[in-house]
Amino acid sequence: MAATTKSFWHRILGIDRRWIFLLVGIGTTLPLLFPVNLPVAASPRVKAAYQAVEDVPEGSLVLVSLDYEPDIMAELQPMAIAVLRHCFRRHLKPVILTLYPAGPGLIERALEISSAAEGGRTRNEDYVFLGYKSGNQAVILGLGENIRGLFPRDFYGTSTDSIPLMRRVNSFTDFPLLVNLSGSSIADYYIRIGASRYHRPMILGSTAVMASDYYPYLSSGQIKGLIGGMKGAAEYERLVGIVGDARHGMDAQSLVHVIVVLLVLLGNVALFATGGPKPRIGGGA
Amino acid sequence: MMNGFDTWVAALLTLCVFSFLYRDNPFYRFAEHLFVGSSAGYLLAVSYQNVLKPNVIEKIGHGQILPFIPLVLGIMILGRMWERTSGIARWSLAFYVGIYSGIAIPSYLQAQIFAQLADAVKPFQPGWGAINSALILLGFLSVLAYFFFSAPHTGLHGVVGRIGIWFLMVAFGASFGYTVMARVSLLIARMQFLLRDWLHVLPGV
Repeated sequence: MAATTKSFWHRILGIDRRWIFLLVGIGTTLPLLFPVNLPVAASPRVKAAYQAVEDVPEGSLVLVSLDYEPDIMAELQPMAIAVLRHCFRRHLKPVILTLYPAGPGLIERALEISSAAEGGRTRNEDYVFLGYKSGNQAVILGLGENIRGLFPRDFYGTSTDSIPLMRRVNSFTDFPLLVNLSGSSIADYYIRIGASRYHRPMILGSTAVMASDYYPYLSSGQIKGLIGGMKGAAEYERLVGIVGDARHGMDAQSLVHVIVVLLVLLGNVALFATGGPKPRIGGGA
Repeated sequence: MMNGFDTWVAALLTLCVFSFLYRDNPFYRFAEHLFVGSSAGYLLAVSYQNVLKPNVIEKIGHGQILPFIPLVLGIMILGRMWERTSGIARWSLAFYVGIYSGIAIPSYLQAQIFAQLADAVKPFQPGWGAINSALILLGFLSVLAYFFFSAPHTGLHGVVGRIGIWFLMVAFGASFGYTVMARVSLLIARMQFLLRDWLHVLPGV
């Protein structure tokens, strides 16, 4: 009997990892096909981000920097759509830019979806899309000094001096709110320059991988709110009252997390049942 | 929105990449090489259109002289490709490092050192919030003690350092949990694309 038990745990430890891939694949697909719509509760950090947008006076311009590419669009695109829809619904005027070369195509799609969902918004009247600019930190420094000089033309080739909305702003200090959705150290640059040097209220949307790194800035008040990953996007969607890709994905997210936790537990039980970890070849404990 | 042909191309390439989960195969390698090649081509075109053309070519075309300075510094960096001229690239790098340090160091100190120090030692919040404040202060001091290597980790220093290790472990655990969530999110989005945009078995958003 003992030999059978030991053999079972050894088989667990030696399982072909492709079975785990299959299990995770099924755990992702089934909830998408047969959703149960688990409740999504908004966390204080996402509520704070939502409230920061709510606190901006109607008609104000908001600087929105959407710094992501297709590799992380799964997390940040639903976030961008939810934030843009919130801005449009509150009649705020987003001035949008990206510091990533493959960003403009995704932003155009986010604008198209958000605008259509909120009854249609007109370019250069309800929002401005400045497009991509290379230079990361140098660009962010420039945003504090001369935006129209930095972006003489918008993404579609229109002179920014000729856009009435853009005549109202030329620096960070002209915006009551700064929104950065980012999957890289660009978030750090915006915090250092936009939030800390120019003291602009800022909300940050980040990938889940990065989110825990930015809690200290939330605690210190350097950022007003933090939206972390697809879960954060789902919370924001719930606060805005929309059902987007993020909320659709939460059932799958929950089920796969349960699978991962069970597999971690099973793996550890199997490890201890078979006598604990073996010493590594080449030394070490 | 994507049209039918775009969707089919994206879906088939997604399946090519997913096929690696079974084992390495020519379909995966085809998708990988296609990605590397198209990314390099795209970045080259974007760099020309957004950097070289507006900042250098057009300005020089209008008779400006200043863009020659970054142009020459940029050409000097290419000297690294040959051993005999590699030394000249250091001048450009020195210029770049100097500029970057000048920009980064003050803002880094302001936003990531002073502001965080001020937060760590601010007065405790009232009520239950005081527990959070105390934990932040304890975590700050104990982790700092753990990374102080100029004295042996014995006695009080050793005890506080061990508490710091626990704080670090909790932080790593939280970070790992978030990382799992991020990777699952990427898979969910791909499945949403395959099931909704390609196979049309999910309703549109």
